[in-house]
Amino acid sequence: MRSVSVIGVGETQFGELWDKSFRELGIEAGLRAIQDAKIAAENLDAIYVGNMSAGKFIDQEHVASLVADYSGLADQHLPTIRVEGGGACGAIAIHQAAMSIASGVHDIVIVGGAEKMTDVGDVEANEILSSTTDQEWESVFGATFAGLYAMMARRHMFEHGTTREQLAAVAVKNHKHGALNPNAQFQKEITMDMVLGAPRVAEPLGLFDCAPLSDGAGALVLCASDRARKFTDTPIDLIGTGHASDFIAVHDRRDLTTIDATVIAGKRAFHAARKTPNDVKVAEVHDNFTISEVMAIEDLRFVPKGKGGFATEDGETALNARVSVNTSGGLKARGYPVGATGVAQAVEIVRQLRGEVGKRQVSGAEVGLTHTLGGTGGTAVVHLFARGD
Amino acid sequence: MKAGIVSYGGYVPRYRITPKEIGAVWGVDGEAMGRGLNIKCKSVPGPDEDVITMSVEAARDALRKAPHINPKDVGAIYVGSESHPYAVKPTATIVAEAIEAAPVMTAADYEFACKAGTAAIQTTMGLTLSDMYRYGMAIGADTSQGAPSDALEYSASAGAAAFVVGKDHLMATIDNTISYTTDTPDFWRREGQAYPSHGGRFTGEPAYFKHVIACANLLFKRAGTRPEDYDYAVFHQPNGKFPVRVGKMLGFNDKQMDTGLLVREIGNTYSGAIMVGLCAIFDIAKPGQRIFAVGYGSGAGSDGFDFTITGGIDEVDRKAGRTMRSMVEDAKFLDYATYAKFRKKIRMKEG
Repeated sequence: MRSVSVIGVGETQFGELWDKSFRELGIEAGLRAIQDAKIAAENLDAIYVGNMSAGKFIDQEHVASLVADYSGLADQHLPTIRVEGGGACGAIAIHQAAMSIASGVHDIVIVGGAEKMTDVGDVEANEILSSTTDQEWESVFGATFAGLYAMMARRHMFEHGTTREQLAAVAVKNHKHGALNPNAQFQKEITMDMVLGAPRVAEPLGLFDCAPLSDGAGALVLCASDRARKFTDTPIDLIGTGHASDFIAVHDRRDLTTIDATVIAGKRAFHAARKTPNDVKVAEVHDNFTISEVMAIEDLRFVPKGKGGFATEDGETALNARVSVNTSGGLKARGYPVGATGVAQAVEIVRQLRGEVGKRQVSGAEVGLTHTLGGTGGTAVVHLFARGD
Repeated sequence: MKAGIVSYGGYVPRYRITPKEIGAVWGVDGEAMGRGLNIKCKSVPGPDEDVITMSVEAARDALRKAPHINPKDVGAIYVGSESHPYAVKPTATIVAEAIEAAPVMTAADYEFACKAGTAAIQTTMGLTLSDMYRYGMAIGADTSQGAPSDALEYSASAGAAAFVVGKDHLMATIDNTISYTTDTPDFWRREGQAYPSHGGRFTGEPAYFKHVIACANLLFKRAGTRPEDYDYAVFHQPNGKFPVRVGKMLGFNDKQMDTGLLVREIGNTYSGAIMVGLCAIFDIAKPGQRIFAVGYGSGAGSDGFDFTITGGIDEVDRKAGRTMRSMVEDAKFLDYATYAKFRKKIRMKEG
């Protein structure tokens, strides 16, 4: 199979973008990625779009074709594919696009991820998000997304001694990183007291333990590695991907404190890349709740099981520490436009590996990782990227 | 020739409820909610009070303070509210009869969310300048609705204000007025619905702040003024946070805004809000002082006014009525059960 490289990245501002529509976000991120890759529309072979629920958020389906059309590509008649996999759809779209190149079907494809969440009210948005859980066995009985993660957090605290302060440390760290990212939704540092004193959402999780509702989009241009140098001197190679599923309902899982899909996806990605967690210096992980990041860094084997909270509290995952986790601010501070997430994470890692993120630059990063979840862990995708030079 | 305010009157019901008391019923930290909204308590209309009774209270207060006004010279009454007791049948005619302005006059009810009262000021201003009548009365009044447990329940309150607008015997001139209007669906209530819906955080930046700031800047431009030219500033006050923030963004300080900021003690009186704030300023204002006022109504629009107090303020017998401050401080606190009874949230036996 051919190897695949990233030759262009682009993203929008993240946040409550009241004056921008879904299609505008998709176009903005896509055009920035195309400009960054210095390619022309004629170079593209296909468009992949990760999107969770435009049908419910903005009453618009058929979004991949829509974005192609409004990007001025209708007359190119490209194949356009929309990918759905809950919160992981952007990451799955990258995988699908990469496979189309690896298989030799395509040479250059663009992968977008976008979500417009603020056209509906908060309550409706949360109901839509909850549709990635098991409707028949979870949501219908009143389980909310936050409620399900709160159960995982409680169990984690019980089994591993994780503290409320350690969970809060995740939010404090990610806001600190977000303050260095001009595209982040929250570019403001927060204190431990603010997190601990915030209104409760689902005990033990409070307002600052939860990622926000956001609008935003990201895009990558992927290219067969053997052609990548025609377009850029700094191609970033996609060196391994792991994609795994698990029981979609939390109560069916083997262990409440481990996301098995993450464990398996991580192993597959590291195996494919012939790397170990020790090789990774920068990682974007799925911190839709603070407990999610604690479990992610354990399940990806950056730290031993049960030590995620302690490691975070000790600063081991801060910028330029042992492994820099969520330098973009993560879902918590950069924002969580669901369908955009996997792509936005990849945009951050590519920029980190290129060395172009300024104040939040991780020094000497050769290998970077993205980790994206669908639902409460019914899907997990891990990508590993490395400098191609 | 300028039009302006000839007299003014305000009314706030005596009853209050705290965010803490409301939150206790819904399992919410009401004190934290109150701090977030910058609201200590909100006014509650008594069981026999509605927009009609409160409008009459405010209208009578305005006439009591200005005995030189013959009610028969009040040629128009417009009542702005989003809680008119009747869907069909005007509030304004009842007010007109109560103050003996009827029958040779015109009357109508207005609705534009929280800015229907200021729209009535502009209407009466225009018609008095065109000599259709000597005085017009603009009223903003509401017994606003907040669905039980909704965020609005912590702020939606009751109050009314009435301004007599004319060209003679002015206590304040309206030197400039301008409006800024777009179709922005941030807050709405359909016919027959008991409680309004709102767009959550959409009600902030793209709604309140966009319109108030745009209108304020147009008003500064038209008036050729800057924030420091004004002694007082007052803005629509859906909570205690928005008006303070918007005022600071525009360059006003706490001293300029404090007098008119009643929301902290009485909640959001909707159509009454900016007008009761103006009443509090009129209660103490001196000749020559200037007031910058920008209201806001969801849907959405802002009306801006640039007032100057004239020597005529001394012709108004401000001691004839109760000051807004005294009404704000005259508070009787309710528990939630009594509040629910007063607000008719308890379903009673029919017939």
